[in-house]
Amino acid sequence: MAPVSTERDLRLDLFRGLALWLIFLDHIPSNAVNWVTIRNYGFSDATEIFVFISGYTAAFVYGRAMRQHGFIVASARVLKRAWQIYVAHVFLLAIYLAEIAYVASSFDNPLYTEEMGVLNFLKNPDVTILQALLLKFKPVNMDVLPLYILLLLWFPPMLWLLLRAPSLALITSASVYALMWLFEWNIPAYPSGTWLFNPFAWQLLFVFGAWCALGGAENLSRWIHSPVMIGLAITYLLFAFSIAMTWYFPRLAIYVPKWVGDAIYPIDKTNLDVLRIMHFFALAIITVAFIPRDWPGLKSWFCWPAIVCGQHSLETFCLGVFLSFAGHFVFTEVSNRVVTQVVVSLAGIAIMVAVAALISWYRQAERRGGGPRPPAAKPGYAGGEP
Amino acid sequence: MRKRLLLLALLMLGAGPAWAEHPAECRVAENLIEPSFRLPRVTSALAAKQLTVLVVGAGSSQLPGSSGGGNAYPARLQRALAERLHGVDVKVTTDVKSGRTAAEMVKALPGALGAAKPALLVWQTGTVDAMLGVDSDLFSQSLDKGIKTAHAAGADVVLINAQYSPRTESMIALGTYVEDMRWVALQQEVPLFDRFSIMKLWGELGTFDLYSATKKLDIAERVHDCIGRLLADMVISAAKPEEPPINGSR
Repeated sequence: MAPVSTERDLRLDLFRGLALWLIFLDHIPSNAVNWVTIRNYGFSDATEIFVFISGYTAAFVYGRAMRQHGFIVASARVLKRAWQIYVAHVFLLAIYLAEIAYVASSFDNPLYTEEMGVLNFLKNPDVTILQALLLKFKPVNMDVLPLYILLLLWFPPMLWLLLRAPSLALITSASVYALMWLFEWNIPAYPSGTWLFNPFAWQLLFVFGAWCALGGAENLSRWIHSPVMIGLAITYLLFAFSIAMTWYFPRLAIYVPKWVGDAIYPIDKTNLDVLRIMHFFALAIITVAFIPRDWPGLKSWFCWPAIVCGQHSLETFCLGVFLSFAGHFVFTEVSNRVVTQVVVSLAGIAIMVAVAALISWYRQAERRGGGPRPPAAKPGYAGGEP
Repeated sequence: MRKRLLLLALLMLGAGPAWAEHPAECRVAENLIEPSFRLPRVTSALAAKQLTVLVVGAGSSQLPGSSGGGNAYPARLQRALAERLHGVDVKVTTDVKSGRTAAEMVKALPGALGAAKPALLVWQTGTVDAMLGVDSDLFSQSLDKGIKTAHAAGADVVLINAQYSPRTESMIALGTYVEDMRWVALQQEVPLFDRFSIMKLWGELGTFDLYSATKKLDIAERVHDCIGRLLADMVISAAKPEEPPINGSR
């Protein structure tokens, strides 16, 4: 398959940046600002956007590397990326442990004796920390990076296949998804249960993103721009919206016929429910239909903050997880008034943008100043990172 | 409106008008306890002037200390029910042990039901499952199984979900389990006592300072007192007969 385009699609960065903001907001518990995030208005949420775009950009960057330098070199780069993400995950874990240890030593309300049991693992860190390093013990809201690591480990052979027989690769991925549902595959977690984001399920969206990047999107474009598809997408989004409203206004629930409820519930996030995939597709169709690739707004100051975050997604994501801990800490220690919640949310996003801009500037300065590597050595990173 | 309904319920159930008003702090959450389903077995137990309730729960159904048992919400429930249901012999027994998952409670359920022979099972669960990350499907299946076991043993069921605990919110992902319980309650047509939302409302309005790092029991006792009283309200209003009071006099 021929390379699709040499210029990076800024829409990817824009929406990945927005997804990172939404993930940050959703990760602060009891945050009033949460109501703006898309998970409240339909079935899918920012995770789908993040995983799809990550697959897309991974194929964009490593696909070129695999064509130019072969399987071994490209795979080595993918694995290096997986290692970076692992290190980032462990770094976040250290911050989480610090927070938990602080709460354990300062909080002893008799009303919450049971809940304090969650801190018990501090009593046997030998087991817990080992389980955390094995990615089996994953604290709340720290499930995305382990998923990303496994998706990257699985990516080199998929990419190899995608470059030779894209349809076969997509069929393979869909088969794994189907087999996962059939045999209930998942990876065990510690102390019990399974991974919150089942890699056997979520790989479908990642591989689909990669498939789109390697020419699939071009093949689909006539379909997704057809009025029928757009109409279907809008209908589905409205349907999802009306179902979502019954979650917040239980009185509306009586208007949902029993057979509809029986058919759609439970909407499984762990195994990436088909309803969630369809909701993401519908959102994607509407987005692509109304925001063309060369939309001038993508270059305006207005979109820049989200785009710069999307271009440095790993750093921004990790920072977002840290900031959501910190934000919750402010709620518990300082104030949890709505004003504080709004200020904390906006400040968090501002910090994410500022740090992403700093990284951007730093990379450029490094390249200009003849840093450790000549710029030509990293052609794949021209528009950002996978 | 809600007041009037309660009053009707009281009159119908033969309770005297002299029942103690709830403390204002409890009443803040009164509109959250409208029962969605009825409790027919409790209705007939009340008609027979004999109500036995079994509370099955984990650590958040008890309070620490020597007087913990007398101050936790099951004992408060007994007091509130007895206060409101004159002439009815109210007995609340408990099977409460901290750290139990829903599946573990289901295993102990037949024995506890057999011993107490209750008309009502009040089942508090969800917190421990969330802390251990028990598979959400398995959790829902345990709930289904427990409810069916109770129904088969002749007991109605009221589910109680997890406490709202702001300090540990970033460490325990309750969301899925709270939602699972809501969904199972709807499917199985049993009332859900939404302790999570009630406590969250108290926290947001500042009724109780749930962030407090106090080691003292006072707030905990007041919270349990309100939960016991509101639970009693919910049970009584879910047990009132369907018919309007004029035709429905027994």
